Amino acid sequence: MPAVRGDGMRGLAVFISDIRNCKSKEAEIKRINKELANIRSKFKGDKTLDGYQKKKYVCKLLFIFLLGHDIDFGHMEAVNLLSSNKYSEKQIGYLFISVLVNTRSDLINLINQSIKNDLQSRNPIHVNLALQCIANIGSKEMAEVFGHDIPKLLVSGDTMDVVKQSAALCLLRLFRTSQEIIPGGEWTSRIIHLLNDQHMGVVTAATSLIDALVKKNPDEYKGCISLAVSRLSRIVTASYTDLQDYTYYFVPAPWLSVKLLRLLQNYPPPDDPGVRGRLIECLETILNKAQEPPKSKKVQHSNAKNAVLFEAISLIIHMDTEPNLLVRACNQLGQFLSNRETNLRYLALESMCLLATSEFSHDAVKKHQEVVILSMKMEKDVSVRQQAVDLLYAMCDKTNAEEIVQEMLNYLETADYSIREEMVLKVAILAEKYATDYTWYVDVILNLIRIAGDYVSEEVWYRVIQIVINRDDVQGYAAKTVFEALQAPACHENMVKVGGYILGEFGNLIAGDQRSSPSVQFQLLHSKYHLCSPMTRALLLSTYIKFVNLFPEIKTQIQEVFKQHSNLRSADAELQQRASEYLQLSIIASHDMLATVLEEMPVFPERESSILAVLKKKKPGRVPENEIREHKSPVPGSTANHQEERSAAKTVSANASTDLLGLSTPPAAPTAGNTGVLVDMLGELYTSGSPQPHANNVAAQNAYNPAKFVCKNNGVLFENDLIQIGVKSEFRQNLGRITLFYGNKTSTALQNFSAAVTNPTGCIGKLNVQSKKVDPTVEAGAQVQQMVNGECVFDYPDAPSLTVTFTCNGTPQKLSLRLPLTVNKFFEPTEMTGEVFFARWKNLSGNEQRSQKIFKATQPMDNTAIRTKLIGFGMQLLDGIDPNPENFVCAGIVHTSKQQIGCLLRLEPNKQAQASNGFYDSPTTMDMFRLTVRSSKESVAVTVCDLLVDQF
Amino acid sequence: MMQFMLLFSRQGKLRLQKWYQAYPDKTKKKITRELIATILARKPKMCSFLEWKDLKVVYKRYASLYFCCAIEQDDNELLTLEVIHRYVELLDKYFGSVCELDIIFNFEKAYFMCDELLLGGEIQETSKKNVLKAIAAQDLLQEDEAVEGALREIGLL
Repeated sequence: MPAVRGDGMRGLAVFISDIRNCKSKEAEIKRINKELANIRSKFKGDKTLDGYQKKKYVCKLLFIFLLGHDIDFGHMEAVNLLSSNKYSEKQIGYLFISVLVNTRSDLINLINQSIKNDLQSRNPIHVNLALQCIANIGSKEMAEVFGHDIPKLLVSGDTMDVVKQSAALCLLRLFRTSQEIIPGGEWTSRIIHLLNDQHMGVVTAATSLIDALVKKNPDEYKGCISLAVSRLSRIVTASYTDLQDYTYYFVPAPWLSVKLLRLLQNYPPPDDPGVRGRLIECLETILNKAQEPPKSKKVQHSNAKNAVLFEAISLIIHMDTEPNLLVRACNQLGQFLSNRETNLRYLALESMCLLATSEFSHDAVKKHQEVVILSMKMEKDVSVRQQAVDLLYAMCDKTNAEEIVQEMLNYLETADYSIREEMVLKVAILAEKYATDYTWYVDVILNLIRIAGDYVSEEVWYRVIQIVINRDDVQGYAAKTVFEALQAPACHENMVKVGGYILGEFGNLIAGDQRSSPSVQFQLLHSKYHLCSPMTRALLLSTYIKFVNLFPEIKTQIQEVFKQHSNLRSADAELQQRASEYLQLSIIASHDMLATVLEEMPVFPERESSILAVLKKKKPGRVPENEIREHKSPVPGSTANHQEERSAAKTVSANASTDLLGLSTPPAAPTAGNTGVLVDMLGELYTSGSPQPHANNVAAQNAYNPAKFVCKNNGVLFENDLIQIGVKSEFRQNLGRITLFYGNKTSTALQNFSAAVTNPTGCIGKLNVQSKKVDPTVEAGAQVQQMVNGECVFDYPDAPSLTVTFTCNGTPQKLSLRLPLTVNKFFEPTEMTGEVFFARWKNLSGNEQRSQKIFKATQPMDNTAIRTKLIGFGMQLLDGIDPNPENFVCAGIVHTSKQQIGCLLRLEPNKQAQASNGFYDSPTTMDMFRLTVRSSKESVAVTVCDLLVDQF
Repeated sequence: MMQFMLLFSRQGKLRLQKWYQAYPDKTKKKITRELIATILARKPKMCSFLEWKDLKVVYKRYASLYFCCAIEQDDNELLTLEVIHRYVELLDKYFGSVCELDIIFNFEKAYFMCDELLLGGEIQETSKKNVLKAIAAQDLLQEDEAVEGALREIGLL
């Protein structure tokens, strides 16, 4: 046991030693529990504890907390210590309060009272203790109580320097909690003038405070600019002996320098030419110093020096007015790119990204292209490689795009998985932005798919299709290239999608060549069919019907395929339907009709690429820019986000089973008009899965039965004379997406329409729900949709509620519904054998692991209906494993983002059971059920049981 | 502004935690777990900086202890490394070639030292001399109290 400093608490040291000597986790927990019991009894005991004992126990509690255990008592004793007249006891009290912040209101007042007393102490050590506590907790109440005293303490002439330092940062903390506390008026100038304080520590602390104040109110504090510049100037011109202990490894006041440079980045370059000249001098001096030989070999010296340098470069980039400084900064960073310190290379790449976006230094950055490419390939640390990729992206322009894109493509083959997806997006953006020759663009994207197909998101391949459709000069080339790419023995499914789509549209352009005759094209595509997901298959079926139009000579061949898939051999309803409808179309429609229906896709409206938005979403707050002043003319054939997805979705089908959480939910009400028949026909297909507002849902009139939706995901949630609310939901793991369809059944518009989802208190923190806003007006007969995303964090008992309000014919309406988002939606069905099932069943026999209910049947016992409900509930129905064939058993796993919870279920019907309501009642017979749910988590067993009880 | 500082051992045991931003306890535990795992998995020559959520993480290993700070996008990474170094120097000076055990057994001192160096997530006092002076003054108060207590015990006061 090492020596204990200060006044030493022997008991504490012994306890810590005991814990360290524990051989196992169990032993440690046992020892801790023993100690907790001991402390609890001491605190509760009759004998009053003296200060020392209290301090010791409070300290032990702190230690236990630091080991990762929860502490739920001792706060009162800690608060008692605050008013001790012994400093060491007071200090431990404050430490406990600061570490285990507890906002119990009865204690807050006591704490604040103690702090108040200590703030008024004549001993600066006590004052600081109180200030530190305020800064550590920084609650709103504290801001209210101490908001007046602390500014006084900060600017008063009598306050000692050490107290001023703490007061400045304490005030900063309270300001962050509640912005109103800073007094204005004369205080402003007094606070700004702290920049002139004699004491470097005071200036350092005050600069942090001023930086925050400036951010809120730049005009009021702009007086700080000239003071900051002159302070900075004094530091950078100081010799390292001038500042004594504020010189850090031969660097004068690096912390203060960095703070001042940061402060100045809140403002544009100073207007006053004198101040401006002085600032530029400072920046030049800092750049000059970087070239001087180091005064020490220690890494601390170079770190501190470079910290100031990097901050100066940030300021130079921020000002963006001094070409000379920008180029010098760039050269300096260029030197760092080959420094042996990984940290410096990392930061240099990061700063250069910013320099690349300035018109003055963009070319200077480009000079380092080769080194940056090497960094991307050779760096040992993936975070540095990532920075290199970002920089290449930022420095790319039309002169070097081909080379950079090629290098990125080469690197993609071996790139780390963690950065591939982002790289794919970057390559796709650059290729599109700087393409002068679209054959190059097509090559790049197909290469992307070939090299990193798994990382090519929908947006990327949608985009290449749009561009090909919009540019007729590239269509023949695209058809030829995809045809060649598809010949590879193993090609990525995304390649099949792009290939299928492009050949369906433009296969005729290469059909003249015997090697790519219609029949060859068809066979090539169809050879991939069986390896593809349903969504791709659906797309291929559309390609085939397009072939029927383009190449009448292979019509019979294609009809054969449609026939095969239109019957039960295709398990997917969507595919079946497509195949039969296409088959009929090919048989019945005349050639002219076919040609009209299956005409080439119309040109996509020109909008900005959606890929950029995806990249931004991936990296909120830190997207490297690729915007260099020359404004590029927009590439023809751009489309915005949803427009594009809708268009793409229309032709490729967004099959729900493959695109559960993708963006391409099929539009509920297809807008007719652009391609006439085709859209309408396909429109039917797409909406077939979603509720039809005016379909035969008579039974649902005025109906609302939320329980029904426990066992199903789609259908009409609510309907009355005014409105029909349909729901369609998809779940994957712990994520879910619910699309709500609001159909206006009246002949006037619904006004002030709003639909809000609220999470009940029982679900807060356990289930995250987010819903999109809906248009405030729903036109007569129209349908609008709303997306609600849910994430299950923990299991939860209830379901969110949905409040729909609107005005119809001047009458306000309000509907309160339950959103079909119960915890069972996150079930994954689990297949298991009888042995496994009953083994687990037995393992989960504890009382807290099971929940059981016996209830009367509410409807006649119908095995098929029960089966449908159980399957719809989300668990796997396990047939033939229960010894009693009448019983139903199920297994499933609830996915939450925190854990996966296994769950087993057994439902035992008991027809015509004897039921007795009371002692004197004569027995009657009725259908009964016994439902038993077992789960590794009690709350899940209970919830699942409750959810199912009303269902049968 | 620094968001938090964690000290943990090579075995992944948390030795000290200081939070400058209010997080729920559960989140704190999750962050700690994730960061310890991420950092322990990194190789020695790798860069000391990590992009982590919307924060930057700066870490450095001293003997068996890792010091890890999370800072905001605007903050200076290199200087954060030196905040860590200054803290280590202070501990070293105070304990006399500090080791992990000193911090385990005197965790409260490590906290007091930290509060002198950093307050509310910002650097408060960069001068080593001044911090040590403040801590010495605290210790002196304690010693006086201890002497007073001892005298009282033997009836001299």
